[in-house]
Amino acid sequence: MLVFLIRRLSQSLVVLLVMSFLVFVGVFAIGDPVELLVSPDADQFERARVIRDLGLDRPLWEQYGVFLLQSLKGDLGNSFVFNQPALQLILERMPATLELAFAAVIIAIVIGIPLGMVAGLRPHAWYSRMIMSVSILGFSLPTFWVGLMMIMLFAVMLGWLPASGRGETVDLLGVPVSFLSEDGLRHLLLPAINLALFKVSLVIRLTRAGMRENMLMDYVKFAYAKGLSHGRVIFVHVLKNILVPIVTVVGLELGNVIAFAVVTESIFAWPGMGKLLIDSIYRLDRPIVVAYLMITVLMFILINLIVDILYSVLDPRVRIADVKS
Amino acid sequence: MDAAMPTLEVKGLRTHFFTKAGVVKAVDDVSFRVGRGEVLGLVGESGSGKSVTGFSVLGLVDPPGRIVEGSIRFAGRELVGIAERQWRDIRGAKIAMIFQDPMMTLNPVLRIDTQMVEAIRAHEPRIERAEAHRRCIAALGQVGIPSPEERLRAYPHQFSGGMRQRVAIAIALLNKPDLIIADEPTTALDVTIQAQILYEAQKLTRETGTALIWITHDLTVVAGLADRICVMYAGRIVEEGSVDEVLDNPLHPYTRGLIGSVPGRNKRGSPLYQIPGMTPSLIRLPRGCAFRERCREAVEACGEPQPIVHPAPGRAVRCCRCSRPGAVQ
Ligand SMILES: Nc1ncnc2c1ncn2[C@@H]1O[C@H](COP(=O)(O)OP(=O)(O)OP(=O)(O)O)[C@@H](O)[C@H]1O
Ligand SMILES: [Mg+2]
Repeated sequence: MLVFLIRRLSQSLVVLLVMSFLVFVGVFAIGDPVELLVSPDADQFERARVIRDLGLDRPLWEQYGVFLLQSLKGDLGNSFVFNQPALQLILERMPATLELAFAAVIIAIVIGIPLGMVAGLRPHAWYSRMIMSVSILGFSLPTFWVGLMMIMLFAVMLGWLPASGRGETVDLLGVPVSFLSEDGLRHLLLPAINLALFKVSLVIRLTRAGMRENMLMDYVKFAYAKGLSHGRVIFVHVLKNILVPIVTVVGLELGNVIAFAVVTESIFAWPGMGKLLIDSIYRLDRPIVVAYLMITVLMFILINLIVDILYSVLDPRVRIADVKS
Repeated sequence: MDAAMPTLEVKGLRTHFFTKAGVVKAVDDVSFRVGRGEVLGLVGESGSGKSVTGFSVLGLVDPPGRIVEGSIRFAGRELVGIAERQWRDIRGAKIAMIFQDPMMTLNPVLRIDTQMVEAIRAHEPRIERAEAHRRCIAALGQVGIPSPEERLRAYPHQFSGGMRQRVAIAIALLNKPDLIIADEPTTALDVTIQAQILYEAQKLTRETGTALIWITHDLTVVAGLADRICVMYAGRIVEEGSVDEVLDNPLHPYTRGLIGSVPGRNKRGSPLYQIPGMTPSLIRLPRGCAFRERCREAVEACGEPQPIVHPAPGRAVRCCRCSRPGAVQ
């Protein structure tokens, strides 16, 4: 296990390095932030001073070198707009995004797995067909549209739930979270459901497919031949087998949810990283965009690692393969 | 149990699958009986309905299949039509089954001890863990698995195919069932391991009086193991008798074809006999003998439904040509 971890971590470092270069060059290629930072009536000298201060007059490789050195020290540059460390700005907003993402994934699992199991066990029943039809809707309706409709229905027309913001937050181990206060929870509900919609459909389909495939396997028949009850066969034998692919996909999706909560955060004015990213792209605030991308890459790497570890806990066959390699 | 009462008596069993393409008559009017300590060989080529017969006896026919007719009496008690809850008390406790493919029968993500202990717990919910473990170890030892204590904590993929089949057999033995249905348990294994498992099976029936239904398409396996033999063809039993009589003096042309195609019985160098043609579709079975198209001895009367005839005591055959006096030499 230790060897496996060390190998994976060193691989991750290489990925991180390559990504940092791509991100840096990519961002370098878009727009000129000086236009935004310098007031239109500033003179030539003023402009030159700003360019020099920001280090934009130096060649690309040198800028990259400085960036790399600085980022090793944990400094991903200062935001042009806020004039604060980019990393700090992002980390401040991270808990909001993480909370939203985890809430969405938990909703996806709690709703998706039971519905998928029902649909897989009784594929021809009317309720199974209904579950599947709804899951197609979940796949195909655009997130932003559903988000707007939800706001219209639950916030504007019915007035049940608030439409924007995080609401009251409570500190949990020094991190502000919404889900512990009633007001925060009410704020969290709509955006979390909106973000979860697509994942619920995904989990339903994965679970249903796994269920149908596994129920036909010999091991299920053998389990019944031992005299086990339906409950034991389905919830112990089959569920543990279908959890393997579900955990993998949901785990990897968690990365996507975090990185691309952008749409939902914008619609519900959720003060997370995604909203910061959108704002920063508008303002060509390069350091924030770069820092955001770097953090996202790091997060993907970490999530992949955790998924692999979870996977090996669930599937004993993977453990052996790791020990050998 | 009454000594005269057979452990299992199946009468006129019909198990059909109601598919979109039509009704698959996988088991069609099958009758047989197995007594205490007796080994019954159920022989037939692929698709003849052997496994479905076995699953019917355990009430485990997959939809769209179901038992449409017949009776399955276990120790005198009728099983056809009983509730799921009652089936559960029988499966694994009174009647156990071993499957064809040892690589597929154990759950890959559960440890061996979990899969064994649950088999005991299903029937004795209050048993202590230590006691259950002791019984698991004893069962693994009985089927010749070395250092069973350690192996209990292993996962199925850490065993070879032969070892997995032994584990499956050990699970079948756990609750000391009165009947074990072994569905081609040695087909996927190599010959030496097959021989060991056959030996164990034989020992078991002798020592414990467990009745055994051994399903196979391999006549040589049955020859050394079974007391009686049922030959199945297209969902029907076409011939039945004691092993020696059926193998030495087969009555049905299909049985003769099967025996003729066993290597080693023929002279070396002479080509093996092959039964011409293919098994008929179970959806559109002919009115008469299902083997007629492939039979070299077919006559006009074979087009009519074939009743079972008893040309000699203890023998049964479903062939009109054998009912003539003097058909049995
Ligand atoms: N779930 C099912 N749906 C439809 N038909 C089925 C189903 N299960 C079995 N059958 C049919 O029942 C027939 C008998 O199958 P069975 O598995 O009993 O054969 P078998 O004698 O055990 O053959 P083998 O030696 O290959 O195991 C086959 O023709 C098969 O098509
Ligand atoms: Mg079979």
